[in-house]
Amino acid sequence: MTWVRRNLFRSVGDSLLTLVFGALALYVLWGVIEFVFITGRWEIIQVNLKLLLVGRFPEELLWLVSGSLMALGFWVAAAGGVAKHTSEKPPSVGAKIWNGIQRFGLLAGVGILLIVLSADWDSVALGALIVAAIVAGRLVALARNKIGALSRIPGWVWQPLLAVAPITLIALTLSQASIDLWGGFLINFYIAIISIFLSFPLGVLLALGRKSTLPIIRLISTTYIELIRGAPLFVLLLLAGVALEFFVPPDLSPGSIFRAVTVFTLFTAAYVAEVVRGGLQSISRGQTEAGKALGLSTTKLTALITLPQALRNVIPAQIGQFISLFKDTTLAGVALNVVDLLNVGTAVTKQDDFLGQGLIYEALAFVGLLFWVGAYFMSRESQRLEKRLGVGLR
Amino acid sequence: MSSLPSAPSKPPIWRDIRVLRWAFQLLVLALVMAMIYWLYSNYQANVAKSNIPTNLLFLDNPANFTIPGNDLDQSQPVRDAFVQGFYNTLRVAIVGIVLTTILGTLVGIARLSRNFMVRAIATAYVELVRNIPLLVLLTFMNLAVVLQTFPRIENAWLPLDLFVVSNRGIAIPWFEGSGTVLLTVLAGALIATWIVVKLRGRSSDSTGKPARGLLFGLSTFVILVIAGWIVFGYNWVLPFVDDRATSGGLRLDPSFFALLVTLVVYTSSHIAEIVRGSIQAVPSGQAEAADALALSGGQKMLLVVLPQAFRIAMPALGNQFLNLIKNSSLGATISYFELTQIAQITVGNGSPAVPAFTLTLLVYLVISLVTSVIVNIANRRLALVER
Repeated sequence: MTWVRRNLFRSVGDSLLTLVFGALALYVLWGVIEFVFITGRWEIIQVNLKLLLVGRFPEELLWLVSGSLMALGFWVAAAGGVAKHTSEKPPSVGAKIWNGIQRFGLLAGVGILLIVLSADWDSVALGALIVAAIVAGRLVALARNKIGALSRIPGWVWQPLLAVAPITLIALTLSQASIDLWGGFLINFYIAIISIFLSFPLGVLLALGRKSTLPIIRLISTTYIELIRGAPLFVLLLLAGVALEFFVPPDLSPGSIFRAVTVFTLFTAAYVAEVVRGGLQSISRGQTEAGKALGLSTTKLTALITLPQALRNVIPAQIGQFISLFKDTTLAGVALNVVDLLNVGTAVTKQDDFLGQGLIYEALAFVGLLFWVGAYFMSRESQRLEKRLGVGLR
Repeated sequence: MSSLPSAPSKPPIWRDIRVLRWAFQLLVLALVMAMIYWLYSNYQANVAKSNIPTNLLFLDNPANFTIPGNDLDQSQPVRDAFVQGFYNTLRVAIVGIVLTTILGTLVGIARLSRNFMVRAIATAYVELVRNIPLLVLLTFMNLAVVLQTFPRIENAWLPLDLFVVSNRGIAIPWFEGSGTVLLTVLAGALIATWIVVKLRGRSSDSTGKPARGLLFGLSTFVILVIAGWIVFGYNWVLPFVDDRATSGGLRLDPSFFALLVTLVVYTSSHIAEIVRGSIQAVPSGQAEAADALALSGGQKMLLVVLPQAFRIAMPALGNQFLNLIKNSSLGATISYFELTQIAQITVGNGSPAVPAFTLTLLVYLVISLVTSVIVNIANRRLALVER
């Protein structure tokens, strides 16, 4: 009661605000519920579910995608490690479950939604297998913490060991199904992940170059970063779409996904560079001075002292960069005709069965939901990580 | 200690740090140059093979297309189309920046409201919009809202009889006749208001009486505008449906409307977060001091907290403005005739792609540079002057 009075009806004006905005919220909420459960015609999604998720990926090779998903789930769960509790009292089981629901409930919800939409037993089995893989990953991580023999394996052996399965499976998928057949949500993720990994080394080099004391290096890096940052991504993609073949030898004919990855990599590198530069500037002078006092060369100073700390500090910002790259992959659909989720989403409304029935709301709601859940999950996780790393607290 | 070397011997050339530094730099420079040369020679070879021009002479060719809402002739050169596209980009960017700053600030304040309902709605808005790709929002606005939900012109919506909403676009009330008279009157009134407020402030400084700048300034403004109305007789014109078209008022193209609304909504969700963070970064002593002086909630926000918050927010806001300008290039996906769309069409009509898009990129670069210069000047004006 006091809560209600204090937070909703503090004064006359406040009560008025509450009523007006409450009515608005109820109206919107009712509209959404009506759309989802009553007026929405969702068979357009059900019929085209496979097209939306993986595009024209060959049916008989889908098990490779499922396998990769399971392996990835296992890897993330195992490599993520077991959180070391810094607080004195370990959290209760209830708190742990609640915490888990808060973190992964949304993802699980979307998984269940997809299973319901697909309405066959294969997808139920796949869902169960993915959950099993994640549980297995957690168990392996736990075992490494608890069992002496396992915990003595050094990290540089252990981490690659875990990554073997997913990398093999993904490589196998790539070699079996031509990349031009990939599509839907899969291709959005694929382009984003490949581009962020490729742009990372370039971005770090550019950041070091921009902070360097060598004038020519600084000039080159700064010019590159500022030119790219002043250009709209969409125009760069269009340019790559019509003109990339002019800049490479004629016998190399780049496909649209190759073009997309090239542009996203070169583009993101400039932004990664700015993020890393921020990290480098956040390292206190004492660190560099201590390194110099130990007689380290500039290379060693950077590689062993400043860069590791800088990279650790910018992990959350780096995730933010990945999220915006993930969202920007939709541009490749329009600019380069990549068969991505948004492209499929607008195309299915033009199928003979669904043409002219005004189903664009349903299609775009589904597309928006998938992107929203992905981006929101990652941004929540990055905030969590930020707290755990204690960035800006020291 | 007797045998100190009299002078340090010069290190050999391959260990001399000055030589090494320059050698390394020259090496990198040579590599970058080689890379650029490789790309350039590929370009030259490929272009020569298919006889594609590499200069900007295509700007003089006839455009062969028309721009809606503009009397550009098909035979006019591509150059004029580019200029028109440039104006359209500026139009959506300037209007968008003004609107998104206002909306973003309001939402940012609402996120810190003491009222739970207001806070929850603002949070939901920010989290919803920020995590959906801009292109999905734009496609939704264009295909679902404007083209599907807005009615045909025959049964257009007429909210309050002030607007005409149909899938042909939105018409809003506007002023009759040339805008120059009105603009002159408004500018004159603004200057007069500014002078009055300054004078009041000065007399308040010397006499200690309350300045009441707002009261005096507003009344000056209103009186001058009304006087101008009586003298020059400019007038509101309401739009109305006139046989499958709208007359009167100002008509906004459906694509302009969709792009503007999407950019404003998307960017405002980012600006709201910046404003929220900046308000929280203002030391709480400032707000407490305002409370101690018995300022009202609105006064506290407007006079004490927000000015200091904007000082903190300015660089990040500038980045968002730049993003909005660059994102306006997505107008090309919904046939809004801005710079990118013009470039795309003219390349489709046979203009050489590399020069045309390079020109486009250069124009965006110049717009970005000018914007960041303006933001930097504003930032310097706002920045705290320290000793």
